[in-house]
Amino acid sequence: MFGLFMAWGIGANDVANAMATSVGSGALRIKQAVVLAAIFEFAGAYLAGGEVTKTIRKGIVAPDAFTADPNLLIWGMLAALLAAGTWLAIASRKGWPVSTTHSIVGAVVGFAAVGIGMDAVNWGKVGTIVMSWVVSPLLAGTLAFMVFRTIQKLILNSENPVASAIKYGPYYLFLVGFVIALVTIKKGLKHVGLEIDTDSAFLYAALLGVVVALLGSVLIRKVETNPKADKKFHYANVEKIFAVLMIFTASAMAFAHGSNDVANAVGPMAAVISTAQTGLVASKSALPAWVLLLGGVGIVIGLATFGYKVIATVGKKITELTPSRGFAAEIAAAGTVVLASFTGIPISTTHTLVGAVLGVGFARGIGAIDMRVVGNIFMSWVVTLPAGGLLAILFFFTLKGIFG
Amino acid sequence: MAVGGYMGGIFGSSPVSPLQKHMSKVYACASEIVPLFNAVINEDWDEVARLQQIISNLEKEADVMKKELRLNLPKGLFMPVSRQDLLEVLLMQDRIANKAKDIAGTVLGRRMKLPEVVHEDYIRFAERCVAACKQARKAINEFDELVETGFSGHEIQIVTEMITKLDSIESDTDNLQAEIRRKIFAIENDLPPIEVIFLYLIIQSTGDIADRAQNVGSRLQLMLAR
Repeated sequence: MFGLFMAWGIGANDVANAMATSVGSGALRIKQAVVLAAIFEFAGAYLAGGEVTKTIRKGIVAPDAFTADPNLLIWGMLAALLAAGTWLAIASRKGWPVSTTHSIVGAVVGFAAVGIGMDAVNWGKVGTIVMSWVVSPLLAGTLAFMVFRTIQKLILNSENPVASAIKYGPYYLFLVGFVIALVTIKKGLKHVGLEIDTDSAFLYAALLGVVVALLGSVLIRKVETNPKADKKFHYANVEKIFAVLMIFTASAMAFAHGSNDVANAVGPMAAVISTAQTGLVASKSALPAWVLLLGGVGIVIGLATFGYKVIATVGKKITELTPSRGFAAEIAAAGTVVLASFTGIPISTTHTLVGAVLGVGFARGIGAIDMRVVGNIFMSWVVTLPAGGLLAILFFFTLKGIFG
Repeated sequence: MAVGGYMGGIFGSSPVSPLQKHMSKVYACASEIVPLFNAVINEDWDEVARLQQIISNLEKEADVMKKELRLNLPKGLFMPVSRQDLLEVLLMQDRIANKAKDIAGTVLGRRMKLPEVVHEDYIRFAERCVAACKQARKAINEFDELVETGFSGHEIQIVTEMITKLDSIESDTDNLQAEIRRKIFAIENDLPPIEVIFLYLIIQSTGDIADRAQNVGSRLQLMLAR
């Protein structure tokens, strides 16, 4: 129940931030964005969400610490979910830019460190995760900077930008399709019952990349260019093509988000379920596929009931982000997040996207970015970790008092 | 949960479009000086008064736009151009409108008469100064394209060419100004001395319009060079 609520919250609020870039740049209408997001969030959560879920579930806490009393793990994880949910609710009401990932990691670390003991936390892993929160926006920013520079060189500065966009666009799409397919095939298909070795994984991923590129190529050839539109703003038609290309990166973004953030909701849930079922703290037990499925469903429900509203609100505010910029930022952010999902590191999708947007800004591509807001977003996790932790400790002792 | 979404907050309002609109307003204001001098030559003072009112109103509107843009440029904004450069372009644009207003005020207030020998030259001079403004507006209108291309490649060249043309228009106005001064110098002993002083003053002011348009161009060029 708590897990489902968390997933709902992620779908309602978090996805919106990822998808709004597409709506804001006019690439997608809201309905389309919601449908695409639902499909790819779900696919991402189900197919590629396993690794990060594993980390939240048993990577941060040391399972050995709970063998004496498995109930502690159940209460702790429930407390962590409650704490993260509460903190997110407070933050949303106040309009603070708070990340689901940071809340849940803070909460899990909090209950384990204080409720059980310092040894109960796998500090090495936590260190890696925290480091990745610094690295992921930087990486996304660097990637976005480079992607945008190549777009400038190959397309925007060419003699005929429209022709160049049609020519080079599919190559970018190939890259998007390839990376995402590779990650999914390597990590995701196991629990669906398919085992594929590395060589054929590359082959299949490349094939899928080609399919995506071809599909994109067909779609952008259909774009009707209007020479009159270029009189007022010379790049109006190129942006039209990027708007179509961006449908793909937006889907990739949704996939990436699903693959990483589903864990915030179902990670603790999975720990609770497997412990409750077996009565043991099983460090080796496999993740039941239906848990990911449930998480995916929760996210989609959140998206459908509430998320579309948020997408609409945010989308209206970010018209400054034209499709070509959104395209560069989303490729970079989706790539970074998928990479993190692949290695099982929970990162903040929003931070990564903000990093990517800044990267485009550094390439002198965006009219104005409000650095105060950016600063607030990045600083927020410094507050969120202890807040999530403290709340988790509170809930943990309450639960322990009631049931223990 | 409240309707959140903090991605929306990170995009400040871009200064590009307001700057362009301000320049258009300034151009509209400055371009009225040609009909103004035509009315002066015809000694149609009602018409001069009407045009002075128009110029004054347009200058006021430009002023409001300038203030609004300034208020929307907090220090924490991360832009593809430096805040300093942007504010200076804005200031230069605004000073064009100020000058047009000064000219209109002086011409109306003193009921100035232009000597017949310079009538034709003066209209050409005023037209050329307005043309400089038009060229400056054209260059500023490329600002959004500059941002789109991230200040690189072909677009830089286009804008640089526009600025070069602006410079050559401005140098035209210098020549016209010298010619008018020469003609007035030849007859200045036959004119009332105070009128002569103000004649030179108004010639100077009209030329300033082109100068300031050129300044807009050179500030824009500074932005390209970052």
